Amino acid sequence: MNTLSKKNATPLISAKKLTCIREERLLFDELSLQINPGDIVQVEGPNGSGKTSLLRILSGLSQPYDGKIFYKEQLISRCREEFHQNLLYFGHLSGVKGEMTAEENLDFNLALHGYNTEDSLANLAKVNLSGFEDSLASHLSAGQHRRIALARLYQSTVPIWILDEPFTAIDKQGVASLEQLFTLHAQRGGCVILTTHQDLISIKPEQIKKITLDYSYDSALD
Amino acid sequence: MTLKAQSTHETENIVGKIDKILIDEALIESTANDSSPLISSAQPLQPLSYRHAFMLVLKRDLTIAMRHKDDMINPLLFFVIVVTLFPLGIGPEAQTLSRIAPGIIWVAALLATLLSLDRLFKSDHHDGSLEQMLLSPHPIFILVLAKIFAHWLITGLPLILIAPLLAVLLHLDENSYTALLLTLLLGTPVLSLLGAVGVALTVGIKKGGVLLSLLVLPLYIPVLIFATSAIDTAALGLPYSGQLAIIAALFFGSLTLAPFAVGAALKVSTN
Repeated sequence: MNTLSKKNATPLISAKKLTCIREERLLFDELSLQINPGDIVQVEGPNGSGKTSLLRILSGLSQPYDGKIFYKEQLISRCREEFHQNLLYFGHLSGVKGEMTAEENLDFNLALHGYNTEDSLANLAKVNLSGFEDSLASHLSAGQHRRIALARLYQSTVPIWILDEPFTAIDKQGVASLEQLFTLHAQRGGCVILTTHQDLISIKPEQIKKITLDYSYDSALD
Repeated sequence: MTLKAQSTHETENIVGKIDKILIDEALIESTANDSSPLISSAQPLQPLSYRHAFMLVLKRDLTIAMRHKDDMINPLLFFVIVVTLFPLGIGPEAQTLSRIAPGIIWVAALLATLLSLDRLFKSDHHDGSLEQMLLSPHPIFILVLAKIFAHWLITGLPLILIAPLLAVLLHLDENSYTALLLTLLLGTPVLSLLGAVGVALTVGIKKGGVLLSLLVLPLYIPVLIFATSAIDTAALGLPYSGQLAIIAALFFGSLTLAPFAVGAALKVSTN
């Protein structure tokens, strides 16, 4: 129905000629990409190939060595606040504070990004944490930490999701539920950019676009 | 796909191959049911207000400090111990002690603040919440200001409250108490604000402790000089408004500029 409009839609994120150098090693060079509403993009590659670096650059956390990133055809440095209002970044580190309870952690995360916190209990239940709302996060497991951070996804209405290894330490059931959520998010016009070493099971392969980064040993800069 | 033989950085042996990215036409059939909410430029449900963001971060930092009391007690204990050790080391002569009291109290306060600075951004950096703050739609300076204010409430304010008691121990001149309190009240926020710049710059470094001291201590010296000078002048019964004005100027200068510097430094550190 609105496939046509999607084709003509402006890309949510586009990058032009990104170059990333870390520790005197060229990770990628002249990488250009365009991510439209409805895309699920999986960034693949072996460890150390620059997946996290790419996601951090796309989210504006890191600066590329060279190249530009656009949000709806605007440079992200020019529209930082608007871009961040439309971005959800989930990094390697879950950003969960051990001194706060599960609910307080989620509430803070939601409020920081401008959401109301009324539904946070329901969202914790969605990630199988009902009963743990009042437990200090330091008493919970690594997987539960990730779940607290991921609970935000269930309430998020922002179009751009950038997720770095969202499935780490999450059990099979949780992964399936997250995959469903990604499909739903793509259907309602958002985009998901994620890295994972697992295959996405419940998302149709033709729905997934892949960016493959190679790791090469001889790419050290002299 | 995009390997240039002559890239800008003279690298011919680079093989940063990147497979072709599939930028196909929208592969996905739109099967969205009409009930699912359409994503537009998301309108956050709560309006973004500076006050709201400030209070949010302040409340969070205070909650964490209350549950992690070590951080609060450590600098205070350090302050008390250093000040109480001086009379034991130097001897109980009231005259000597009252002569050096302003310096001891201020140096101890300065070192206690330095000791507590590390915590300002380090744990947030370790667990990733700093990234989330940097990516929030709020301006960074307001979040940073809230964190610094929380830091001052946790470390600076207790020092001010306990300083008069320790001043008694050091036979501080009676006339100097007001000056001591005023200089601490204006000076300790400066220590937190300037220290935050140093912490923000070193937060990405594994062992940044020494570097932090080297960066921050020179910036603290003007505060120390004018504060002790104000207290000494007060002891002589002379007006010390000049020194106080300079500390106030340092305070307002750092209050307005430091949050921006910290924001910029944090961006560099998390890069």
